[in-house]
Amino acid sequence: MSSAPHPDLLVTTSPFVKDPTDTRWIMWQVNLALFPVAAAAIWFYGLAGLLIMVASCAGAMAMEWLALNRSANMPGGLGDGSAFLTGLLLALTLPPGIPLWMAFAGGAISIGLGKAVFGGIGGNMFNPALVGRAFLQAAFPVAMTTWGPVSGANRFFSAPEALFALPMMSPEVDGMSMATPLSNWYFDGLAADFSSLIFGSTTGSLGEAAGLIILVCGLYLAVRNVINWRIPAAMIFSIAALGFLLNQIDPAVYPRPEFHLFAGGFMLGAFFMATDPVTSPLTQKGCWIFGVGAGIMILVIRQFGGLPEGVMYAILLMNAATPLIDRMTQARTFGSERAERFTR
Amino acid sequence: MAEESIGRGYLLSAGGIHTGKSFANGVHPEDFKHLTRDIAIERLPFPDKVVLPLSQHLGGPSKSLVAVDDYVYRGQPIAESTGFVSSPLHSSLTGTVTAIELHHHASGNMTEAIVIEKDASSPQALFAQHSIDWHSMEPSDVVAMIGSAGFVGLGGAAFPTHVKLTIPEGKNARFFIVNAAECEPYLNSDYRILLEKKEAIFEGIRIYLKALGAEKAYIGIESNKQDAALQLQTSMPADLPCEIVLLETKYPQGAEKMLIEAVFQREVPSGKLPIDVETVVNNVGTVAGVGELFLFGQPLIERVVTVTGPGIQRPTNLMVPIGTLLQDVVEHCGGIHPDTRQILFGGPMMGSAQRFLDVPIMKGTSGVLFLTDDKVVHREEYPCIRCQRCIDACPVFLNPSRLGSLAKARLYEEMVDYHIMDCMECAACSFVCPSNIPLVQRFRVAKGLLREQQKREAAKA
Repeated sequence: MSSAPHPDLLVTTSPFVKDPTDTRWIMWQVNLALFPVAAAAIWFYGLAGLLIMVASCAGAMAMEWLALNRSANMPGGLGDGSAFLTGLLLALTLPPGIPLWMAFAGGAISIGLGKAVFGGIGGNMFNPALVGRAFLQAAFPVAMTTWGPVSGANRFFSAPEALFALPMMSPEVDGMSMATPLSNWYFDGLAADFSSLIFGSTTGSLGEAAGLIILVCGLYLAVRNVINWRIPAAMIFSIAALGFLLNQIDPAVYPRPEFHLFAGGFMLGAFFMATDPVTSPLTQKGCWIFGVGAGIMILVIRQFGGLPEGVMYAILLMNAATPLIDRMTQARTFGSERAERFTR
Repeated sequence: MAEESIGRGYLLSAGGIHTGKSFANGVHPEDFKHLTRDIAIERLPFPDKVVLPLSQHLGGPSKSLVAVDDYVYRGQPIAESTGFVSSPLHSSLTGTVTAIELHHHASGNMTEAIVIEKDASSPQALFAQHSIDWHSMEPSDVVAMIGSAGFVGLGGAAFPTHVKLTIPEGKNARFFIVNAAECEPYLNSDYRILLEKKEAIFEGIRIYLKALGAEKAYIGIESNKQDAALQLQTSMPADLPCEIVLLETKYPQGAEKMLIEAVFQREVPSGKLPIDVETVVNNVGTVAGVGELFLFGQPLIERVVTVTGPGIQRPTNLMVPIGTLLQDVVEHCGGIHPDTRQILFGGPMMGSAQRFLDVPIMKGTSGVLFLTDDKVVHREEYPCIRCQRCIDACPVFLNPSRLGSLAKARLYEEMVDYHIMDCMECAACSFVCPSNIPLVQRFRVAKGLLREQQKREAAKA
């Protein structure tokens, strides 16, 4: 009586419709939002900036390719844009005169130690680009703190010689090394001019050049719901509030809050590093805590620590706290008074 | 009809229409309702044969009252309920019982069904066609009457209506909500009922209020059906204690607990039922059906089914005798497009895929959706990147990302700590997941295994 199954019918389970957003799109949206930042870096540092980005991305993608090929279990693919993103982000945190081989090694370490050892995309605890940067900072402290000038004469085609140093050969310290706004303040108590901070004529890493461009690109991502706006909002709020308080106490020792917002890597860190979904909390409450914690820690390192800049360490430390924050901030379920405490 | 001013998808105090809010979280799938939105309900000619599964409601299967070769009339009871949570069955055709046998069922299983072949010479009149005066009846008799007419929730869950209308000792039903949210994409059966069966709906509401002893009714309608809301408002009798609440168009607005939150901004406590907040919710099709039961004496033997999707030649809204085979519906609607790859009973968020064209339309079948190859979702799973989209989607505030990784690792008991049993399987998480992780699919498996384990432990103790 019953007929045979219809030959062409596919039986799966619901849902049978799907929101078109996929992981690949999310990653490439972040890359897209970084392109103006990268373009600004090239504008300020010329060919050198471009070459560093290429080297770093090449290192990251080479390691990703290697990891994907050596492990049958490693998920992902080069096309998802995540390795490219890591390489690009790392490059934007590097000084404009860093030897290219270091940028390449940094990219490779970012993916290798920052991501592949954790099982690939989605598994890592720490922001891979910052792992790469922490490695470079520890291994090559001189090269990582040698800052070339912005908008040097004939900058498009003349790259610093150090750029082409051979691996493991000690690079010559660039004769034109300059102080960044943060180190100026840290060592000499000199405050930078606000307009040069937001329009990018200050010395610093490639991606620190123009705070305003980063802010606009970051807002684009927040509006498109690619990043969680709560993290940068909490970071900006906390560092501005605390900075304001300290500045009120003693303006000679503590700079004005807008200096903290636009100096160094704060904007890049707040919008592009801290918001890495893999290494930031899952809960909305957790994201507020994460952002406030990172903001306070950046200020504490800058003002009271042994380094002029603290964005990298602050975010890495908050990355480490993320699993704990997640566990402590589980939302209450619908129809219950409040969240229960977790036993495991 | 007076055009009312409309702001941001809500009606701003249009007569008695409430400016509705919504529940928290949820998703906004593309609704595809335009395919059949403006097509009036059309009556499917009586098919030559109907197949009536004994299990087409939640609860115990009904027990056959007829034997092969019996002659039955349209509307005559042919199977009785086998307990409180069960439901009787009525013939949807006048004709002869030709078999009681295992037949394909929309669940994918073979289940026992009564097969009735049409008596071509019969005019197919109703078995007992008369109105019933409920005004003089006791509320409990009204409920019993609804139960014996085989009414179950027509929104899709097919939960026996008389069970919902039986208020447990010590509880009180002050409010009745008519669920006309119809938040599933593609479906228009509730919308057409709102437009075409207003009198039956109003009558049904009066009957429900009497049966429940409730003081006030609300009709929850999503903003994409505000024309229906306005029409209903205009023709509503002045003495009916009923308010229309226009809701944001959002999935899963039609889930009972979400609808209650949207209407009252009040959460049903976890693990409790709507009656614990003094409320009963029923689908608008069921309410209209109950109205027609008392107006014309018609038990539940037919229902409105939206037949739609890119895979069917002529999408429409059909009044279908329960038990009509899918192939008869397909034939009436001009056949299937050659690229059709999936046929669903129900909407695309919670419906079920069919493999056979001889499955019967049942009491809970609100729509039949034909999806062509280009509309079929092919899920290639990617690792979770913890993007929070599932957390923002979950209407009961679970952490699907965490639950998903626990489910993948088969750590089912830990999932209980993360409240997996509060999951209502609305599929919003799987809908949004950019990594295509089959979250709700895994949660169903986990919940099934956990329930089995609970049963085993209960049996041991």
